[in-house]
Order: sequence, then structure tokens, then C-alpha cells
Amino acid sequence: MEFEPVIGLEVHAQLKTNTKIFCNCPTAFGAPPNTHVCPVCLGMPGVLPVLNKKVVEFAVRMAIATNCQVAGESRWARKNYFYPDLPKGYQISQYELPIAQNGYIDIETDIWKQRVGITRIHMEEDAGKLIHDPARACSMVDFNRAGVPLIEIVSEPDIRSPEEAGAYLRQLRAILRYLNICDGNMEEGSFRCDANVSIRRKREQAFGTRTELKNLNSFKHVEKGLYYEIHRQKEVLMDGGQIIQETRLWDPDKDRTASMRGKEEAHDYRYFPDPDLLPLVISQEWIADIKNDLPELPEAKKARFKNEYGLPSYDAELLTSARELADYFEACVSFFPAPKQVSNWIMGSLLGLLNAEGKTIEQSPISAENFAGLLKLIQEGVISGKIAKTVFEEMAKTGKPPRMIVEEKGLVQVTDVSAIEGIISEVISENAKQVEDYKNGKTKLLGFFMGQVMQKTKGKANPKIVNQVLREKLGG
Amino acid sequence: METKITKEEIIHVANLAHLQMEDASIDKFAEQIGIILKYFDTLNRVDTEGVKPTSHAIFLTNAFRDDEEKKHLNREEAMAGAPEKEEGYFLVPKVIG
Repeated sequence: MEFEPVIGLEVHAQLKTNTKIFCNCPTAFGAPPNTHVCPVCLGMPGVLPVLNKKVVEFAVRMAIATNCQVAGESRWARKNYFYPDLPKGYQISQYELPIAQNGYIDIETDIWKQRVGITRIHMEEDAGKLIHDPARACSMVDFNRAGVPLIEIVSEPDIRSPEEAGAYLRQLRAILRYLNICDGNMEEGSFRCDANVSIRRKREQAFGTRTELKNLNSFKHVEKGLYYEIHRQKEVLMDGGQIIQETRLWDPDKDRTASMRGKEEAHDYRYFPDPDLLPLVISQEWIADIKNDLPELPEAKKARFKNEYGLPSYDAELLTSARELADYFEACVSFFPAPKQVSNWIMGSLLGLLNAEGKTIEQSPISAENFAGLLKLIQEGVISGKIAKTVFEEMAKTGKPPRMIVEEKGLVQVTDVSAIEGIISEVISENAKQVEDYKNGKTKLLGFFMGQVMQKTKGKANPKIVNQVLREKLGG
Repeated sequence: METKITKEEIIHVANLAHLQMEDASIDKFAEQIGIILKYFDTLNRVDTEGVKPTSHAIFLTNAFRDDEEKKHLNREEAMAGAPEKEEGYFLVPKVIG
């Protein structure tokens, strides 16, 4: 029996505002516990929350970027439940009238192109953080995160495989980062994902019973968790069993999901409009202003990189995966207008270096101007491609301009034919045996002679000229 | 008398609100809440065709503040009322595991 997975994702993205959604406390990550709190976010009696305008602006940015309809009027609701990380006993969220609905994003990889619908985007406040003491019967609560603004982005059940889920999430994260509204760090929890998963027989229209997966806190865990859960559901159905609607927790240590709570314990949130907060009205002018300020988004940039620079899909995809990387590439091209060569060197050398050192492109020790300068030196024949690697490593270490390194280290390529001829004569007289073998047909030895010349010139001889002169001198 | 709310519903709502109730009071509350709910039947007779639901009693929209950090509480003030605390954390009874 062939089954098809049906997946929908709920993403919580922490917004990069300076202050919380309903009070003036800072949102910075990593402060000592309970030092970014005030009566509002601690849920003291008698306080009044006041909406941070920036949160609305950020949410509208995301709504436009994901082709959603922005609601002219939206409302705040209380979601009621008891949990120690929620000081008020309710979370301020949006329910009936969210800020945006009915959007989509397009995902394109080398293998497939797909549109995933966005059901809705709403704003809400984050909860505090709980630390469970393994030794004692108590938990520790830090409310620094309580009240940090979130947007929840709910997808349609349009996703059909763990890989598609991964691609959707990466695209969503890239958009959030391009918009500069969320730093998208899954490990630190500023970008979180829950998944709704069910399976059905191929070509069947009705959905199967779904489970909700939580604790998917890296791209790898999302894909692994989904694989496991799809497989688990298949086995249950093949054995004649039934899927139970429940919340399951991904356990990354044991590589499996386990039941967290069943439907019978499911929450009854008793949503109702929050009387403390006024309805939110967003004018067409405001939307238009935000739209005008939007940066070029990943899909558009990728298409432009292909058209304008003639880059292959793979290069365009990789270079536009982060706005900063795309900016770096374009800065390089402005200094050295050979896009494919720039792309090759960025993908081949620079990204390798940054990965090895765990750095982002903004932390690159080599500026775009110096990087382009290196390629210019190769083009002008000042250094060979091989020496360029040495210069590159030196640039990575010192951040110095390539020309300075070449001069300081005396790495300028030897292109003077008579100088090269002199060295070749030396090599020939020092290796009589090999010369004879070469003349007797062991032409593979050409590489050996090349090596000898390069050794004597410390790699600086122009390889093309060496090759040519060697062949002439050795005859054969 | 016809009841508007069942005993089971009373118990469910009490659980949601973390309220403990003696068995004897369940019937009493069912009756009292039933009377309140019955009053809504009167309201339901009003013709509201074409009237938008009211979420707020005042006709204002959009109260914003700017995204600027202002004074907040220091930790001692914030935790002054906490029955149990340790190393800057509030302590609560264990919730999972």
C-alpha cells in the first residue's frame, strides 16, 4: 500500500524589536534571569499593556513578503491556560481576526518547484522560560522572555515530504532574515517549528488523523522527526491500527517521538477579545509605506542573479541564501566584473574558510574589495592561481590587501622567459637520468620537471611559459 | 427545572479554572450558572441581523508606543512578592518529568 504524508507547519518567529510587545522591557537574549521584567510582563494586577508599533510594522512586512492579505482591522485575544511560564494565566494572542491571511511562498530547488500556502500570520507574546531541576521536585522560572514579540506563521497542509518541509522552513527563514525582522536562530529558539503530520493513501482526498510534533529545534531534527513520525504512522496503519490524535515530542537523543498528551487532555483555551487592548486598524497608506520600504526578497534576488550575472541556479541559490552573502557577492562584482569567477571563488574558498572558522560572511576577515583585488591579480597575470591560494590564506590571517601581501612576500609571478629558461637549464643539467628517460619516451616525466622548476621558483614561475619552454628544451 | 448546563460541564469548567469543588456544591452551581445562561436567551431574542459583533465597549482604535527601552524593575523589586526563589529564579512546583 502506498502512503502519502501530509504536513503543515507552524512557525514561531521572535521579532527583532528593541523592546517587548506590550511593555518597555528590553528583549536582548542571554541576560541574567528576571532582570528584563516589569509589572506588565510579570502580569501584576492593574497594569495596562500598550502595543509596540514596531511589532505591527514587522508583522506587516512578513505578511506582504508572503503574499498575504493584511487585515484592515484585527483584534487581540486572550488564550487562557495555566502554566508557570505564563504569569497572567493567559497569553495575549490573536484568534478570530489575525493580522494577515491567505498567502503563499514559492519554493524552488534544482529538483522541484512548489507553492506552499500560508493560512495565517498572527502576533502574540512569548512565554517565560522554565528550567526543570532533575534532582528536586521544582522548576525554575525566568520571565525575561515573557512578552517578547512573536509572529506565528501557519502553513496550509501543502507539504508532502520531510525534504519539502526543510526547504519551506529555509525559505521562510531566509525571508525573515532578508526583512531583518528575525535572526532565525533555531538553537537559541528565535525560530521555532511545530509540525502537523498525517498520512493517507495515494490519490485519496480526505486527510488522515494527524499528530502534532514538538521540540523540533534544528533543521536536522525537523527532517528526522518527520521521517520517524511518517514511518511510525505507516506501521500503525499497516498493522491494522489507528492513529490517535495527540501531541508527540521529538526526542533527539533516542531518535524517536513519544506521546506527550492526547486529545482528551487537549486544552480548552476559551479565547475571548482582550478588553485591555484596542482593535488594531491598519490603513492602506501604512501598508503601502511598508511595502515601499521592503528589500528585494530571496526569490527575486535569485532570479536577478541568474539573469543579470548569468549564474547557474545552484550558484544563485547559494549566494542568495543570506542577504549579507548576496551583498558581498555584488560588492565583489562591482570591483571585478566577472560574476562566475567571483562566484566560484566565494563558494570554493571563502565559504570553506568561513565554515571552518565558524564565521558568518559579515565576520569575513577578507573585505569584498580585497577579495576582488585577488582575482584581479590573477587576471593581470601578476600571480598564478596556485599562488593565489597562498595569498588568500594570508589575507584570511592578516586581512591585508592582496597586492601588499604579494609584494611583501615576493610572490610576483615570474613571466620573464629568459629567467625561466635559465632555471630550466639548471634543472636539465641536474637531472641527466630523467632527461634521458624522457627522450626515450617516458613523457610522463614532464610533470617531474615542472615540479623541479616550481620548487626552484617557489611556485612563482608562470606555469604556461614553463610548460612551453620545457617542451622546447627537452625536445623529445 | 430545565438545566442549561450539565454537571459534567460544571466540573470541566472548574478544572479549567483550577477550582476545587465539593460534590454537594456542583448542583448548586449548575442551577445558579443555569440562571445566568438563561438570561442570555433573552438577549438572543434581539434581532442582530447586520450588526457587527462588539468586542470593545469604547470606540477607539490603535494605541501604540514607540520601540524604546525605558526603566524596568530590578530583580529584587520584581521578586519581592515571590514565596520561593533561588539564584534569581522563581521556584515553582515541578511541572513535567
